[in-house]
Amino acid sequence: MSEQSHDQKLAEFESRIAAGDKIEPGDWMPDEYRQNLIRMIGQHAHSEIVGQLPEGKWIPYAPGFRRKLILLAKVQDEAGHGQLLYRAAETLGKSREDMMDELLSGKAKYSNVFNYPTPTWADVGVIGWLVDTAAVINQTMLAQGSYGPYARAMKRICYEESFHIKQGYDAVVALAKGTPAQRAMAQDAVNRWWYPTLMMSGPPDKMSEHTARAMRWRIKTKTNDKVRQEFVDHIVPQIRALGLNVPDPDCKFDEKSGHYRFTAPDWDELRRVVNGDGPMNKERLAARRKAHEDGLWVREALAEKAKRNHVA
Amino acid sequence: MTDTQWETYEVFHQSRRGRPHEHVGSVHAPDPEMALQMARDQFARRLECVSIWVVRTKDVTQTDYQDPNFFSRSFDKSYRDPKGFNAPAKIEPSSDPE
Repeated sequence: MSEQSHDQKLAEFESRIAAGDKIEPGDWMPDEYRQNLIRMIGQHAHSEIVGQLPEGKWIPYAPGFRRKLILLAKVQDEAGHGQLLYRAAETLGKSREDMMDELLSGKAKYSNVFNYPTPTWADVGVIGWLVDTAAVINQTMLAQGSYGPYARAMKRICYEESFHIKQGYDAVVALAKGTPAQRAMAQDAVNRWWYPTLMMSGPPDKMSEHTARAMRWRIKTKTNDKVRQEFVDHIVPQIRALGLNVPDPDCKFDEKSGHYRFTAPDWDELRRVVNGDGPMNKERLAARRKAHEDGLWVREALAEKAKRNHVA
Repeated sequence: MTDTQWETYEVFHQSRRGRPHEHVGSVHAPDPEMALQMARDQFARRLECVSIWVVRTKDVTQTDYQDPNFFSRSFDKSYRDPKGFNAPAKIEPSSDPE
C-alpha cells in the first residue's frame, strides 16, 4: 500500500464523514478526533455511573413496591449505560481502568446535573422527566454522530432512556394530581432542576471553542444552543399542561421565531460545578470510591475463580 | 490494586429462534462463563433473547479497513446478482432457421 501523507489521509477522513459514512475502530483518524471522543465518551460514561447516585438514594424509600422496582431498573440501566460507554471509549485506545481511576481521583469531569441534592421523592420524578428528556434530545443527536461504536451505543441507550422519561413523568403526574402538599413538592423540584437541566447541554455556542470542528467531524451534529432550545420547546408545554410553572417569568413563546424564549442559566455556576465545586461533588465521589472499595472482594473472587478454572 | 480490566468478549445475541445471532457489543469478564452473565445483564435486560454467544475479542480475526483491495472486484461480477440479467419476459417468435 502506498504511503499517504497526513493531508491526504485527513482529506479522505473528512470526505468519508461528509458523505455520512461512519468511522470505525482501526480507521485512520486525526489525533484531535480521537482525543476529543475519548474525553467526551469518557465524561458521558462517568455521568451515567455517577448518575446512579442521586436517585439510588431513594430506592429504600420509594413509595410502594412498584415504584421501588421501577427505580431499581432505572438505576441498573444507568450502570449498564456506563459500561456500554466505557467499552465504546476503549475502542479508541483508552482502558476502562484508566478512566475509572480518573473518575475516582477527581481528575475526570462528568455532567453538572448529578452534583445537586435530591431531598424529596419528587426529585426522582423530575430527574426522570426533565433531566432524561434533555439527555435523550442530546443523545438522539449523538446517535447521528460519525464514530460507529459511540453512535451504536447511543441508539441502545436512547431506547432505554425513553422508559426513564415515562416513569419520571408518571411519578410527577401522580404528585400533580395529588394533595396541595404533593403539588407543592412537584413544583419545588421543577424549580430546583430547571436551571441545572438547562446547563446540561453545555456552555453557550459563543463560549464553546471547539464547536465548529466538532460539527465538521460530526462528533456533534447540533450545537449546544440548538439542543437546549429543542429541550425548552419540548418541555415547557408539558410542564404547563400539568398545571406546574416554569420558574422563569420571561419564559414565553415567541411567535416570530416559533421558539420559547428563556433566561440563560448562570454559566459561572456551570463552570464551578463541572470543575468539582458543586453542592454534592464531594459526596458523589466519596460514594463512588466506597462502592469501588466495597466491590473489591467480588472482583478478587471472580479473578480467583477464573484462575482456578483455567488451571483445572 | 486488583486488575478490574479483565479480557473483553464480543457478544452475539439471538432475539428469537430462527433469527441470526447478531453482534450487539462487548463486555469485560474474567472468564467465558462470567461473560455470559455480564452479557445477559447488559444486553438482555428487556429485549427478547433466546440465546447469547460470547467470543474472546482477541480470538476474532478481522479484515483491515485500511486495505482497500481486500473487497475489491477485479472485474464486473454483476452476473452473480439477479439484477445482472436482462432477458426479456416475452420475445417475438423467431422464424425457423431453414
